[in-house]
Amino acid sequence: MADFGGTDLEAFRTEAREWIAANFPASLKGKPNPMAVEERMKPDADQEAWRKAMGAKGWGTPTWPKQYGGGGLEPAQARIVQSEINRAGAYNPIGGMGVMMFGPTLLEYGTEAQKQEHIPPIVKGELQWCQGFSEPGAGSDLASLSTKAVDKGDHFEIDGSKIWTSGAQWADWCFCLVRTDTSKKHEGISFVLFTMRQPGVEVRPIPLIAGSSPFCETFFTSARAEKKDLVGPLNGGWTIAKRLLQHERSGLTGAGGGLGGGGKPLEQLAKDYVGVDEQGRIADSDLRTRLVTNAINWRAFQQTAMRAMMESKGNSGPSSATSIMKNAGTQLIQERQEMTLEIMGHQGLGWEGEDFTADELGAVRGWLFGKAFTIFGGSQEVQSNIVSKRILGLPDLTQNH
Amino acid sequence: MAVLTEEQSMLRDAAKSWVQEKSPVTAFRKMRDSGAELGYDAAAWNEMAEMGWAGVIIPEEYGGSNFGYLSLGLILEELGRTLTASPLLASGLAAASALILGGTDAQKSEWLPKIAEGTVIGALAIDEGAHHAPDRIATTFKDGKITGKKTFVLEGMAAGIIIVGGVGPDGAGLYLVRGDDKGVKRTRLSLADSRGAANIEFNGAAAEPLSGGAALIEKVLDRARAGVAAEMLGSALQAFETTLDYLKVRVQFGQVIGSFQALQHRAAKMFTDLELSRSAVEAALAAIDADSPDTPELVSLAKAKMGDTFHLVSNEMVQMHGGIGMTDAHDAGFYLKRARAAEAAFGNQAFHRDRYARIQGY
Repeated sequence: MADFGGTDLEAFRTEAREWIAANFPASLKGKPNPMAVEERMKPDADQEAWRKAMGAKGWGTPTWPKQYGGGGLEPAQARIVQSEINRAGAYNPIGGMGVMMFGPTLLEYGTEAQKQEHIPPIVKGELQWCQGFSEPGAGSDLASLSTKAVDKGDHFEIDGSKIWTSGAQWADWCFCLVRTDTSKKHEGISFVLFTMRQPGVEVRPIPLIAGSSPFCETFFTSARAEKKDLVGPLNGGWTIAKRLLQHERSGLTGAGGGLGGGGKPLEQLAKDYVGVDEQGRIADSDLRTRLVTNAINWRAFQQTAMRAMMESKGNSGPSSATSIMKNAGTQLIQERQEMTLEIMGHQGLGWEGEDFTADELGAVRGWLFGKAFTIFGGSQEVQSNIVSKRILGLPDLTQNH
Repeated sequence: MAVLTEEQSMLRDAAKSWVQEKSPVTAFRKMRDSGAELGYDAAAWNEMAEMGWAGVIIPEEYGGSNFGYLSLGLILEELGRTLTASPLLASGLAAASALILGGTDAQKSEWLPKIAEGTVIGALAIDEGAHHAPDRIATTFKDGKITGKKTFVLEGMAAGIIIVGGVGPDGAGLYLVRGDDKGVKRTRLSLADSRGAANIEFNGAAAEPLSGGAALIEKVLDRARAGVAAEMLGSALQAFETTLDYLKVRVQFGQVIGSFQALQHRAAKMFTDLELSRSAVEAALAAIDADSPDTPELVSLAKAKMGDTFHLVSNEMVQMHGGIGMTDAHDAGFYLKRARAAEAAFGNQAFHRDRYARIQGY
């Protein structure tokens, strides 16, 4: 591939800037990404136009191969596209689990026909995907899953249920782990794809401690997956699942973003709510110490994300540092969420109503939802098991990963 | 590990192999047992100087190689692994930095080549009490003479020149004092980590000002802090790796203790903190090399984070080794003691957390 030096990159930046200026509708400037809003509304005409323009250009999935509609860009160019999107007050309208997790996995493990069929609609943002992994009886011990797929000749018949299928109520398709051999654990799991728009699929949203949520429980009763939509070999789904989880974790903590932040810096919030002493320090010295400890760790975490990126340049896919990053990042975010409420005091207890600002109400919901960060995508404890075994080479008693 | 240049890779590899062959922890133990007055092995220091390590940050015109602080940090990290005691930090980094940043041409010409070749040891004397407090210096400079008491001066016994923090007619600054001045009185400190340190009294010792005032003190201190953090990184990494090896071989209840999840998760925590610490240390050294305006905050970040991590890892080293870790015959105690002394050098975690917050405006 071409080696893009500074001059080429600057020319590309100009190209990206001009293309975004010509295609991003002015009416959407500074507006939130409809993908990121909890209650999905029907997109308006400008939102649709922007999604279609981005989808046709392939820049919503900038590094994916051109032959499937992706941008075919170098990582350095992809970063430029993102920074130009930010600069224009725009957003990337192409997203969701198809982009974050399923697409990269299918590009690696899918057949040519599967890629030709499933990647372009993700690139264009036409179809949304959901993840059928966890089950009521298979959380951290994911490989004990029992949703079964029975070979019916030209298709698989699927019975069972999945839980925490986020976005299932909006999803068009599901990538799903199913049991195709009950005599083995990890080697009896297959990775299949099927449409959610069929009679055998029922979706029920799950209210959480933070209120309404994108999470669902999903039930399959003689649901149908076509044979051509088996990814990888029969009973060979666990390897693919592990790879997909790496993409999920790196998406969760990639650059320290994705999971939180936004709004006023915590230190400024503390000065506003708690006050300062005569030297301009946060008046509560106990809080100040904990804030700075967290800030130092948070910055070291960002430095590590940067270092991992520099070190893995030219390496494709997430690095082994990913497992460390999830635990480090999520714990620091949870600490910050706890401190946010502490800083807000009684104002950090509101559930709803006019007596609280939107930030205050958001902090309460964020604190509660944040408890999920160390549970989903591989719990904190599972992550520590993975680090112990894969990186530190300690014996594995769970025989699970 | 940062992305290194070819020179840096060669330097690190040379340091790694020299340390493993010539200066394992047994060498440190031998030095300690011999009760070496200087707190280091002079023959080993000569070898280090011959390899050019004392001149890594010194400009070529003064006999150094001008490879920068990240390069010197790589060497310090390797030395830290085996707790190699040497004046490299005090002389080749701290004192050299003071001269490079604040010395006149004449001062540089006189002292930097000797520091680079290791024939003169420099030391940095800032602290005056039990704690690092560079903004509360009481030592005074008047009419070419310096008077005051300095504590915990690293390599203070070996120093041929001492860079002293003092307050003169124009405010605080650094002053160059010759070790053989009759106004210099040293008291050797016997410290838990067995390294060389002294309390030094200056009674009207002849002193030459360096230029740069209070800002120079902070700049030099930040370099010393980043250097000691790099050394701490190496020590903490080795303490962790030695402990991890032990978890894989020590058998209790019929299995290696490293199979117990209670220990595995603590090991994973240490590994995570070491990764974060490495990023912080490398970022601080790189900021110094780039003369970046955020150097002070990045240095405080690195020293605070590294201090916490070395503290954690050295304590876990003793705990996870159990009884054997309590014996003097085992190396664990060396790392535990060194962690304490290194934490105290140039500001402990509390000092640097406070400084980081102040710089950030809270």
